[in-house]
Amino acid sequence: MSLAVKAVGIRKCFGSHEVLKGLDLEVTHGEVLCILGPSGSGKSTFLRCINHLETPNGGYVWVDGAIMGYALSRGALQELPVKQLRAQQSQLGMVFQHFNLFAHRTVLGNVIEGPMVVRGLSRAKAEARAMDLLEQVGMAAKAASYPSQLSGGQKQRVAIARALAMEPRVMLFDEPTSALDPELVGEVLEVMRALARGGTTMIVVTHEIRFAREVADRVVVMIDGEIREMGAPGAVLSNPADPRVRSFLSRVLA
Amino acid sequence: MRQPEPKSTAAVSPEDLPGPGVAVRRLRHPGRWISGGIVLLLLAFIGRAFAVGQIQWAVVGQFLTAEVIIVGFGWTLLISACALVLGVALGFAFGIMRLSENPILRFAAWLYVWIFRGTPVLLQLLIWFNIALVFPRLYIPGLVDERMVDVVTPFVAAVLGLGVNEGSYLTEVVRGGIGSVDRGQKEAAHTLGMTSGQTMRRIILPQTLRLILPVLGNSAIGMLKFSSLAATIAMGEMLNAAQRIYFINGAVIELLFVCAVWYLAGTTVLSIGQYYLERHFGRDAATATSERRWFKGWTRRPVVEGEA
Ligand SMILES: Nc1ncnc2c1ncn2[C@@H]1O[C@H](COP(=O)(O)OP(=O)(O)OP(=O)(O)O)[C@@H](O)[C@H]1O
Ligand SMILES: [Mg+2]
Repeated sequence: MSLAVKAVGIRKCFGSHEVLKGLDLEVTHGEVLCILGPSGSGKSTFLRCINHLETPNGGYVWVDGAIMGYALSRGALQELPVKQLRAQQSQLGMVFQHFNLFAHRTVLGNVIEGPMVVRGLSRAKAEARAMDLLEQVGMAAKAASYPSQLSGGQKQRVAIARALAMEPRVMLFDEPTSALDPELVGEVLEVMRALARGGTTMIVVTHEIRFAREVADRVVVMIDGEIREMGAPGAVLSNPADPRVRSFLSRVLA
Repeated sequence: MRQPEPKSTAAVSPEDLPGPGVAVRRLRHPGRWISGGIVLLLLAFIGRAFAVGQIQWAVVGQFLTAEVIIVGFGWTLLISACALVLGVALGFAFGIMRLSENPILRFAAWLYVWIFRGTPVLLQLLIWFNIALVFPRLYIPGLVDERMVDVVTPFVAAVLGLGVNEGSYLTEVVRGGIGSVDRGQKEAAHTLGMTSGQTMRRIILPQTLRLILPVLGNSAIGMLKFSSLAATIAMGEMLNAAQRIYFINGAVIELLFVCAVWYLAGTTVLSIGQYYLERHFGRDAATATSERRWFKGWTRRPVVEGEA
């Protein structure tokens, strides 16, 4: 399989606090990678570094043929203008824990915003495509509703459709089900399972161990800003080598 | 140690519970009737005092529709509208600058608010009116080259004075409004590839506008009233017109009452407009404003969010 994402030596500090301590990661096309780890271990920060919502203090991320935020010139990384960075960011779909839907736009309005504004699609084209995507996540009937009228699970499915509308090379999920009532988790995971089956490349930060076990091709366990364990879900989840990973897993699996 | 049985009590034992069809006696509120009665009496007393006082109501009625007054009211409306537009434009411009990444822009916006919110608006009006003393000529190469007194007419001075002052208040309001749109939406827009400008225009500002609409309504009402200050710089708006009349005919109170009637009419119309505007824009944003009746909000002073 060909390489889709390659993170090289990612470091991130907030003040004097080093949150990420040099992370390396490779994701191939069509792969589903789940990132597990205790709260505060830097999972969200890592994901946000991958799409440059946070600028890493060291290292870089290569996505499908380009280095995020930089051009390689004469052996050095030259920072790109913001406009070009945004174009790169639009190739990575991001789904947030708290949905972050545009409150003043309808469901349909949320989904067509990116394609119309960034890709310059006509409204008719964008709407036709958006309705397909809303159909896919089971939200077509709510196209005219506003976010405040939706349940958490519905909001998250709309957020997934909004990210998919940019036809991203890779989808990033940051704990997409953590803010949901337990009975709403299933509908979102179902949409994500369908995406995985369809061959979408996905990096998923999650606390859903069962989802990781069933859907992930590989699992990564992060502790204190480092990758402590990486491999097939069966091996990592049932037989971790690292003692700290073992104690973390025994806590979440209990 | 037996205590006397109270006539009624909140404690009820299960055996004594009444059936579902039990009668309910509502509380009476004799206090409300008494306080209401007192206020009505006071109102009647004040009303009578004015009715029999030294006011020629016929003169009030006569000048209510006098051409000079109507034209003056027209100027009042025009000044208010122009100053409000200027104030809103400045408020948005400086409010956005206030949150800029560039510290110099931030400082400039802070300076603007500091100066124009920190000095009386009447003083500012007088300074604009006399600006020609500082800059005798207005000269912008290729555009204008005129004497300042010809450019800054009383009307221009009034619009500048009121508008620039209002802008300094609205700057803080806009800053608060932008700050209250959650950061997550901005990040979501960025991950879709939208630039900062697109995010501001399409995501942040529309929601800000909705949040600050009640404040803008109050600004409009306040502006209508503050425009009367322009009377001091010889602008022929309504109050100035009224003054010119009573200097001649001596009917001071009568003409001031005429003004009061028109100002009240104006602010009432604006309040009603504000009510419907808020209700229209409140559609989805889950704001409670749509529940509020227009007359409940109409005496509120502008609320300034953020630092005082
Ligand atoms: N913007 C920020 N400024 C300062 N510190 C931050 C910032 N964002 C994250 N941190 C710190 O970085 C560390 C890692 O945070 P991060 O959100 O990446 O953890 P996480 O693994 O996603 O945790 P959780 O499972 O609770 O979401 C935490 O100690 C957090 O306090
Ligand atoms: Mg997190």
